Amino acid sequence: MGRRVAIVGTGHSKFGVRNDVNIAELAYEAISKAISSAGIEKKEIDLVVTGYVGGWSSEGLAPVVVMEYAGLTGKPGYRIEAACATGSAAIKAAHDAIASGEADIALVVGVEKMNESPTPTVVEFIGRAGNYFWEFENFGLTFPGYYALYATAYMSKYGATEEDLCRVAVKNHYYASMNPKAQFPRAITLEQCMKSRYIAWPLKLFDCSPITDGAAAVVLASEEVAQKLTDSPVWIESIGVSVGTSNLSKRDQFTSLNAATLAAKMAYKKAGIDPENPAKYLDVAEVHDCFTIAEILAYEDLGFAKRGEGYKLIRDEQTYIGGLIPVNLSGGLKAKGHPLAATGVSMAVELANQLLGKVEKGRQADIKNGRALAHNIGGTGHYAYVTIYSLSKPRA
Amino acid sequence: MSNQREQADAFLAQMDQFANMMKQSIGVPVLLDQKTGVALWWDQREIKLRFVISVEKIRKFFEALSEGKLLATKCKKSGKILFPPQVDCPDDPEDEVEWVELPKEGELVTWTVIYVKPYSFGHYNDYTVGIAKLTNGVQILAWVRETDPSKLKVGQKVKIEIVKREPEGYLTYEIVPVQG
Repeated sequence: MGRRVAIVGTGHSKFGVRNDVNIAELAYEAISKAISSAGIEKKEIDLVVTGYVGGWSSEGLAPVVVMEYAGLTGKPGYRIEAACATGSAAIKAAHDAIASGEADIALVVGVEKMNESPTPTVVEFIGRAGNYFWEFENFGLTFPGYYALYATAYMSKYGATEEDLCRVAVKNHYYASMNPKAQFPRAITLEQCMKSRYIAWPLKLFDCSPITDGAAAVVLASEEVAQKLTDSPVWIESIGVSVGTSNLSKRDQFTSLNAATLAAKMAYKKAGIDPENPAKYLDVAEVHDCFTIAEILAYEDLGFAKRGEGYKLIRDEQTYIGGLIPVNLSGGLKAKGHPLAATGVSMAVELANQLLGKVEKGRQADIKNGRALAHNIGGTGHYAYVTIYSLSKPRA
Repeated sequence: MSNQREQADAFLAQMDQFANMMKQSIGVPVLLDQKTGVALWWDQREIKLRFVISVEKIRKFFEALSEGKLLATKCKKSGKILFPPQVDCPDDPEDEVEWVELPKEGELVTWTVIYVKPYSFGHYNDYTVGIAKLTNGVQILAWVRETDPSKLKVGQKVKIEIVKREPEGYLTYEIVPVQG
């Protein structure tokens, strides 16, 4: 198992169209807050892990550009990429370095500047995030298209409706309206969502997360260092990871993500959480709602709802505060925004602040169990990361 | 109305025009963001991104298209059919593959209609992408010849046709709903 690892500092930029900053300035907004909130000096950092997908932005080697700007040159560092799960992968890489004893303090930053390219180019790059040769070259799938394939199959099998999908958007926009860091800090109505234009049938504009610039950062530390730095470390209790098939045609069904189901199982096992009733052990979850259907699939893949009943959870408002388990109180990818590599780190920042009772009024979960879950998917279930964060020191 | 690629190209041409005006007035291609007024450098470097991809080991698949056949590979020992075709059996390093023809009948598993297209697909009309399960259980992803979602159903009968993709003019395969 290795040494215990905790979050001791967090930083988060405003998400949105950030034409006012370049990639290094954007990353530094998150880095500087993470370092100052950890109460450390830069010289104490042993390792810098940068999550970055890129392609749509000009800097190829973003980590070195960011590290130079931030005054971190000379330290060990590298880039991590796992599509939209890059942020969680970066956290895992830094976690593993600390757990193994290679580092005592690690800085993790996820940054993306997606608006450096025009929308059709970004649609092109994300559409290639599957199997390029067999599913993009000839057939031009888009990212909404990939998840739309799941939405069609799910709705057909279980009788969920386009209204059910829109209910997820309504909830996430409602909570984003209280999150000043969100790209769309405003509420929407079910009717607005239902009337929005189709992007990839049956998904409409308001079913889709936006194209976002943003950065998030966390400082991770070993148990010994964490306990010197803070009275309130947020522990990384367990991480489950699984990789799915590249070709969607090779999957046996389109009503759940196998990789997410496997990652959840691993994370629950390591944390001693009953996979039959995980909500009982958790206070809040951030799940990967790149599209509304993805949040409904997440409810089922994580075991919050039985197979085929995820849409009933949102219909019954069970994922609002006060329900079975509040989900995406940050606004989610849907309304907070989805700067690919920053997303997993943003989830960690949000959940650390949720557990410490430090988020804005109206979107703060009741913290009883002291445990929170991040579900971060790369591609369309190509990568799945499930991470459990905890206020109590995990079992050795 | 122009297609999405023409709209994207028109946007880029407009940016170029603005940048040229700025170069004449202040000497550098720095634009003001229309929404926020912040300064943006308009990149003066442009690349064409186009790949050459090896199909040497699966060239039979492409040769068979002109004979109207859709091929896959089959692991001789396990009997497992691999599509997209690959020449190594993932479950057994000792197993070898042979080429087999795929059936052309099946049923629709799922689909979507793409309205907002990638840049390199911006010259097409809206298109439907679906996954069909062939009678031998192999699944195949391709365009579906029907863009009205109300006319498609999970489980409906389909066939696979080898078709010429225009305007590029190359052979590929398509899922075609079977009436009745």
